[in-house]
Amino acid sequence: MSEVTAPQATQELNLVEAVDRALGQILEDDPQALLLGEDIGANGGVFRATAGLEARFGPDRVFDTPLGEAGFVGAALGLCLAGLHPVVEIQFDAFSYPAFEQLVSHVGRFRWRTGGHYGLRLVVRVPYGGGTRAPELHSDSPETLFGHVPGLRVVVPSDPVSAGRLLVSAQGCGDPVVFLEPKRIYRRGRSPVPERFGPTELDRAAVVRDGDDLTLVAYGAMVELALAAATRLEAAGCSARVLDLRSLYPLDRESLLAAAEETGRVLVVHEAPRHCGLGAEVAALLQEEVADRLLAPTLRVTGMNMPFPLFQNEDDALPSVERVLAAAQVMLDY
Amino acid sequence: MYRQLVLIRRFEEHAAEAYAQAKIGGFLHLYIGEEAVAVGAINAVRETDHLLTHYRDHGYALVRGCDPKACMAELFGREDGLCHGRGGSMHLAEAARHFWGGYAIVGSHIPIGAGMAYAMQYQERDEVVLDFFGDGATGNGIFHEGLSMAALWNLPVIFICENNLYGMGATLAEESPVSEMRIKAEGYTMPSIQCDGMDVLSVYEALGKAAEHCRSGKGPYFVEAMTYRFRGHSMADPELYRDKSEVQRWRVRDPIPSFGDWCVEHGVCSSQELAQINEEVEGEMLEAVAFAEQSPWPDPAEVGRWIYAKPIDPESPARSEGAGAAVPLTSDAGV
Ligand SMILES: Cc1ncc(C[n+]2csc(CCOP(=O)(O)OP(=O)(O)O)c2C)c(N)n1
Ligand SMILES: [Mg+2]
Repeated sequence: MSEVTAPQATQELNLVEAVDRALGQILEDDPQALLLGEDIGANGGVFRATAGLEARFGPDRVFDTPLGEAGFVGAALGLCLAGLHPVVEIQFDAFSYPAFEQLVSHVGRFRWRTGGHYGLRLVVRVPYGGGTRAPELHSDSPETLFGHVPGLRVVVPSDPVSAGRLLVSAQGCGDPVVFLEPKRIYRRGRSPVPERFGPTELDRAAVVRDGDDLTLVAYGAMVELALAAATRLEAAGCSARVLDLRSLYPLDRESLLAAAEETGRVLVVHEAPRHCGLGAEVAALLQEEVADRLLAPTLRVTGMNMPFPLFQNEDDALPSVERVLAAAQVMLDY
Repeated sequence: MYRQLVLIRRFEEHAAEAYAQAKIGGFLHLYIGEEAVAVGAINAVRETDHLLTHYRDHGYALVRGCDPKACMAELFGREDGLCHGRGGSMHLAEAARHFWGGYAIVGSHIPIGAGMAYAMQYQERDEVVLDFFGDGATGNGIFHEGLSMAALWNLPVIFICENNLYGMGATLAEESPVSEMRIKAEGYTMPSIQCDGMDVLSVYEALGKAAEHCRSGKGPYFVEAMTYRFRGHSMADPELYRDKSEVQRWRVRDPIPSFGDWCVEHGVCSSQELAQINEEVEGEMLEAVAFAEQSPWPDPAEVGRWIYAKPIDPESPARSEGAGAAVPLTSDAGV
């Protein structure tokens, strides 16, 4: 083996540590950046995603807000108007609902409404999703609520490196971004991350495993599940591609259409309820654009159309490898 | 200031006429009767100070110096509008003049003003923020979140409540447990002052005091301007909730002739000069309407523009930007 190591791969971090490092990088690189949210200062936030940042950058740049998501997301919009680049933390998925109004009514529309005079450089980070034995309102997957709003971007990482790179890119892109962090895999294991996170194309899906017979479309914590399912499919003689969407709005249509054309079968996996979920959008897109190239209908393996259940039923409500395999079989047999 | 009072009045009278002729669509909320608040307040502060307002926003834009032609064209939904015909009557905004817009969701801009004020403090800028809203807005929880943050962080923001006795058709008694909104600021230990919103000098004086307070680092200030709108809530208001005689009583206190009289009495100018101002403004407004009428409509292929920093949604007409290709309008255009 030669002496050459992966450039700058200095440390192994888990996803939440990667978020922390990316936030530190943002504060270091961009003097206009600041962080706000509940309890993010000395305590480093409920998930410790901002651990150490107040000490490093001072309580003016990393500050606690009163409890009031509508108020502090509104305040963040005001910070943007003065030329600052705030990154807001919302503690849990459903606590974004009080702020929904600011995000939908103003944040997403500001550039358009002012005829291009003023865009907002705002990132709202939201730990989201189930699988942590937390109850409803602490396990929600609200992506399509935000992904229905032109002007907002919705971005979801699936591992430490994508978390860091996507967060840095989201903060620099000039659009307001709802950055959904799959909290279930916050501490899923560490992987090598670079000293500095380089930017990445924000609207690009990533083929995290290639294959010819079927594409599993997933994002967030479901990518891990899709990869596990792909391994099982491989053993059964089916070569499955796994496409990690990363950007839910806008969608990477090109990668989706390529997957459909090249593998003929597309199966979507998400935790959010099925009704009006992202799977519906993907299926509709494929139907509109490449219906004649599909070898099987696009199926969806999703969460249930119900509030997120209490811990004892959690596993039944979430997609599982078995459910993915069953759906894949239906498509292969079609 | 007299000219500005007349400017708002005549601008809105012409807008109302155009609305009646269906040249302006959507809603139109007139400020007629309340002009002294915007004029007194904005003249009492610096041009660099920041303004945010509710949807009854034409007056603030005009006093801040936004081009009346562009404002009228915005109401008409035309390309030459202040926001290229995207924002409309309720969302006038001009970043260069530190006029950060009207907001149609009642109360929702109150914390935005607090955030701007945080930035002023953080950036050590000697600028204060003026956050205007109505009595009805104080019933929304977001009002309290905004005041809470402003007081907690000692921010240079002036909250100006235009108490015009009604929130749409709801009377104060129906919408608020207290009839004086400044009482609500007391819970946040915020100093407040009440002024006569029909008297431009009273508002001017109150805002001068409030701005000095904010600028000297003493934190937020609450101003309650007691005022009255002569017209309906919007053009569609049948006004069943109030008596015509009540409106007549308030019209006696019309801020424009009263201030005109004051100017003449104090030798600021002659009544001929006032008449001449009226005439000049009327001429400008005729020009503004003509300008709006001849301004082109936004190109339908471009209605999806400015949704993102770069045109990125392939289904949106924004795709055509630069490429010149005519991409058909789809539902993604958000029209
Ligand atoms: C959140 C929200 N609820 C309701 C409305 C409908 N609405 C528009 S104006 C208004 C009354 C607001 O009254 P006030 O704050 O006193 O302002 P005014 O119109 O008297 O200037 C209402 C209920 C709205 N625009 N936003
Ligand atoms: Mg009112």
